[in-house]
Amino acid sequence: MSFVAHLINGISLGSVYALIALGYTMVYGIAKMLNFAHGDVIMIGGYVVFVTVSGMGLNPLAAIIISMAACTILGVVIERVAYRPLRGASPLAVLITAIGVSYLLQNVALLVFGSDTKAFTNVVPFPNLELFDGQLVIKSVTIVTVIVNVIIMVGLTLFVKKTKIGRAMTAVSEDKGAAQLMGINVNGTIAITFAIGSSLAAIAGVLLCSAYPALTPYTGSMPGIKAFVAAVFGGIGSIPGAFIGGILLGVIENLSKAYISSQLSDAIVFSILIIVLLVKPTGLLGKKVQEKV
Amino acid sequence: MKKLRINKTTKNDMITYAMVILAYIVVQVLVSTGHVSSLIQGLLVPFCTYVIVAIALNLTVGILGELSLGHAGFMCVGAFSSAVFSLACKDAMPGGLRFFLAILIGAAAAALVGFLVGIPVLRLRGDYLAIVTLAFGEIIKNIINALYLGVDSNGVHFSMKDALSLNMEEDGLMLIKGAQGVTGTPNDSNFTIGVVLILITLIIVLNFIHSRTGRAVMSIRDNRIAAESIGINVTKYKLIAFTLSASLAGVAGVLYAHNLSTLNALPKNFGYNMSILILVFVVLGGIGNMRGSIIAAVLLTLLPEVLRGLSDYRMLIYAIVLIAMMIFNWSPNAIFFRKRLKQRITAGKQPKKEEA
Repeated sequence: MSFVAHLINGISLGSVYALIALGYTMVYGIAKMLNFAHGDVIMIGGYVVFVTVSGMGLNPLAAIIISMAACTILGVVIERVAYRPLRGASPLAVLITAIGVSYLLQNVALLVFGSDTKAFTNVVPFPNLELFDGQLVIKSVTIVTVIVNVIIMVGLTLFVKKTKIGRAMTAVSEDKGAAQLMGINVNGTIAITFAIGSSLAAIAGVLLCSAYPALTPYTGSMPGIKAFVAAVFGGIGSIPGAFIGGILLGVIENLSKAYISSQLSDAIVFSILIIVLLVKPTGLLGKKVQEKV
Repeated sequence: MKKLRINKTTKNDMITYAMVILAYIVVQVLVSTGHVSSLIQGLLVPFCTYVIVAIALNLTVGILGELSLGHAGFMCVGAFSSAVFSLACKDAMPGGLRFFLAILIGAAAAALVGFLVGIPVLRLRGDYLAIVTLAFGEIIKNIINALYLGVDSNGVHFSMKDALSLNMEEDGLMLIKGAQGVTGTPNDSNFTIGVVLILITLIIVLNFIHSRTGRAVMSIRDNRIAAESIGINVTKYKLIAFTLSASLAGVAGVLYAHNLSTLNALPKNFGYNMSILILVFVVLGGIGNMRGSIIAAVLLTLLPEVLRGLSDYRMLIYAIVLIAMMIFNWSPNAIFFRKRLKQRITAGKQPKKEEA
């Protein structure tokens, strides 16, 4: 029974990773840049909900909507101010800038909210599911996170495949120059991608903090990096890949914590990244792109 | 008299060496005349540490053209391997010899880890390489935090669980105590040694850059496919540069470890944040410019101490500086703007010349 419990805890953690990874994979797939600040947008989303619920006493649902709006604006502003000027510059420059943005968000949060841990109240109003006379408890947050994940996954897939904006995104990800010649507003499309990715980050932030109710300015950075690992694991750019990668990574992390060593679990997670990149660099569901000269 | 001809790069390098030596003399004079506060005196060795590790990272970022976010991990390897050696041989040999050997051991250990990490990592490029080096940095830190090492009359014991499972004899000496790290490292480093190490690092790195190997590495940075097509072994040269960079970071770690009596692998000193801090030094000093790295490392360590009131905003300012520098230096629009500006200035000057 304890194995099943660990497995469920793993899925709980993994579903949060999956949610973050969806945002990562969207942005990476289309803008071809690693948005290092994604994890910190999650943290900001968490703080917005914390302030509106615990500070102003708002209804959690309203707080989530406010948080999504705030993160969307934040994402678009970051893209406009920091990333757009560097479009066409070397990938190294973009990556360093993204690290700078991540650092900036962490330190702004540190100044505004302080370094002390905030106790986050669970915003999921359902009771936990108890099976086998309470031997096995499935947290309601886990169930909600998995459901939200599936909804977002299906929604995003439909959005990318069926709508005009979605197809514009695919075109931009294939070839920016050709997309521009076809009359697609490349900058606008990338801005929309960032908006969607960041609003997903807000949802991820709320669910992350509901499942693990300790909020600090550094809350988002480690899950953010691990979610990137998950996105690479599943195949970067692939929406279902992000989901599968996230769940698998969460399960692996929790099982290694339970059965191998709690101190080495991070090391094990990162070793998986390295092994995946060496054995199958495109990930589980990614497609191979040939480099052109 | 025949005019002494020095080429431009040699002259440039000489200026860098002279700058370090001059700074050293000025500091020594100030210290001996009592113009330096004890706070700053305590910072002299950390200055050297940061300068060396900034030069090391600049070799990877500026010359090899790949971003490493794991240099704090290499520092950590150098620091721990040398601290363990110094602690184990504390009474066996005189301080000078012991520290000299400690530096060699730290550099060799970091080079070995850098080589092993480099083999898989350097097959990747760009974002992946950065994130994998970050992952390796975290793995190294995690492993050292879980490591217990002791030595007694029966030989060396190590464990990944706890101190008891080492099964040590009573006369044994604990070297690494897991998360508590290494305690009692002899305080061997001082400012003079630090400056000598900086000079050695500079001599190695600057000569490396101008050597045939260094030029091969830079050609890979500028165009990998073109470099490959003229027969440059990409993996080999990348690995050489990366290993060298890791081993120099290890030397910085040795200096760091022997300045403190307690050495822990905390996120603060050997974690991701440290790697970012080093990156800030490199970016602010100018990517690929070793002299810039030295100046930036010293200034950015000194400023927050001098302006105590700003210490809360220190990291915030670093972040803004990082973003602003990147956009100013690398944005296609900014580059175009700077060119225009330059043209306008030179265009404005030319008519005046004609008048004269």
